[in-house]
Amino acid sequence: MKSEEHIHEHEHGGCALCRIELNGVGVSIGGDQLLKDVDLHIHCGQLTALVGPNGAGKTTLIRALLNEVPYTGSIRHMDADGKDFPGVRIGYVPQQLPFDRQMPVTVCDFLASTLTRRPVWLGVSKKVKDKVREALGAAKAEAMIDKRLGALSGGELQRVLLAMALMPLPDLLVLDEPVSGVDQNGLSLFLQLVCELKEKHHMAILLVSHDWELVRRYADRVALLEKSILCDGSPEEVFSSPEFSRAFPPAFLAGSETKEPEQ
Amino acid sequence: MEIFQYSFIRYALYALLLLTPLLSLLGTMAVNQRMAFFSDALGHSALAGLGIGLLLGIENELISLIVFGVLWAVCIISINHSGKSSADTTISVFSSTGIALGLLILSRGGSFSKYSSLLAGDILAISRTDLIWLAVALVIGIALWVMMYNRLLLTAVNPALAGSRGIRTRLVEYAFVALVAVDVMLAIRWVGVLLINALLILPAAAARNISRTAAQHALFSVLIGIVSGVAGLITACRLDTGVGAAVVLWAALFYALTLLIGRFRK
Repeated sequence: MKSEEHIHEHEHGGCALCRIELNGVGVSIGGDQLLKDVDLHIHCGQLTALVGPNGAGKTTLIRALLNEVPYTGSIRHMDADGKDFPGVRIGYVPQQLPFDRQMPVTVCDFLASTLTRRPVWLGVSKKVKDKVREALGAAKAEAMIDKRLGALSGGELQRVLLAMALMPLPDLLVLDEPVSGVDQNGLSLFLQLVCELKEKHHMAILLVSHDWELVRRYADRVALLEKSILCDGSPEEVFSSPEFSRAFPPAFLAGSETKEPEQ
Repeated sequence: MEIFQYSFIRYALYALLLLTPLLSLLGTMAVNQRMAFFSDALGHSALAGLGIGLLLGIENELISLIVFGVLWAVCIISINHSGKSSADTTISVFSSTGIALGLLILSRGGSFSKYSSLLAGDILAISRTDLIWLAVALVIGIALWVMMYNRLLLTAVNPALAGSRGIRTRLVEYAFVALVAVDVMLAIRWVGVLLINALLILPAAAARNISRTAAQHALFSVLIGIVSGVAGLITACRLDTGVGAAVVLWAALFYALTLLIGRFRK
């Protein structure tokens, strides 16, 4: 594991990540082809929303991006000159975080354990605690620092997870359907925050979502996935495309106000 | 106190002062990882370890215990990971197999009584040399523990998230169960197959009732472990009973107390 004693302030200057290109990406698990010929470009400074019906392979695509499943085809990280950009940092905010809510661990313990090797039961040094506070600040969650992890609400936990994904500052931030257990207003605020981060740090953001309203409002680009990318463009283009109506028939949409988490 | 005039009681005291902090620290993570049942099965495998060591003609009991214990622990965890059957079933199968295998081998010729001290342990029989080895093991155990703790904590909260942060969660888990196996086997001759798990789990479980942070959990667990150890030794000498049992009962008392305190606070 890399030593992460410091939060690396990552400058997105001249030789920074510009885009991530997926070319012909395929994933098969246990004989099932989950993804086939996925072509997708994810650009820095843009929020790309990944939409698709349940079981379309959205989570699988994320796992391929995180290099957690073997895939065929290529996933290239490139700089502005089209050269390979090594050492890309990916921050990941999971869909949900099932954990033992009685565990005696505070938000500070949790975040500090990713920053230092010194065991957090020996106490967290002031230096590390300042870094934790800074990361929480960036996710508007400073007040949570001494709360027990299990005592957080859905929205608070989501911001703490965002803070964790921001240390070190990532080139690509992946938000896996950050919706469960968070109300509409909280979600909207969360995405506003994410968009501010996108502007400030020129990050690439990939958002998995079922919430068309939010996607329309915050996404720069939308990609419709069902095993492969069926359609890809601005939110308006994708939502009015025949592929989208086929994947989400209007009758289905009318009855899908409750968002089922995909798993 | 006059009982500490006797060197065997002093040695037992030193042994408890060495064993309880280490087991209590490891226990915090065993409890967080929901591994109480696992470590119980691990303790039971000591009988099989001893028996197989005898069959293979290994003279040093401790080596057979440790080697077999680590193998057993790694087997249980990898079968659990394969996800073919539920964890409690796997662990139960391993637990009873360990006992049966041990009893089968050790009772050959009808002489199991020779080994019955392994069941309840006998800390008063500990020698000076044993103590030195225990001290060495303690230092190594705590050093390894310090090195792997943060990664273990993240893995305990959520393995998928830990994995996305570059932690090799499987490796971390195997290292942890191997460390627990080694320390359990080091302690088992003195504490006994029947009680070892209580010494690992009870202080940490009691501490959890009243802790909010990782630091409190470690601190209270170690304190409860040490106090139970010393109080148990004194009680056992006064009442002329087994030491291990008295230590465990003190820890159980602390568990009850902290449970009440925890409820009261809420």
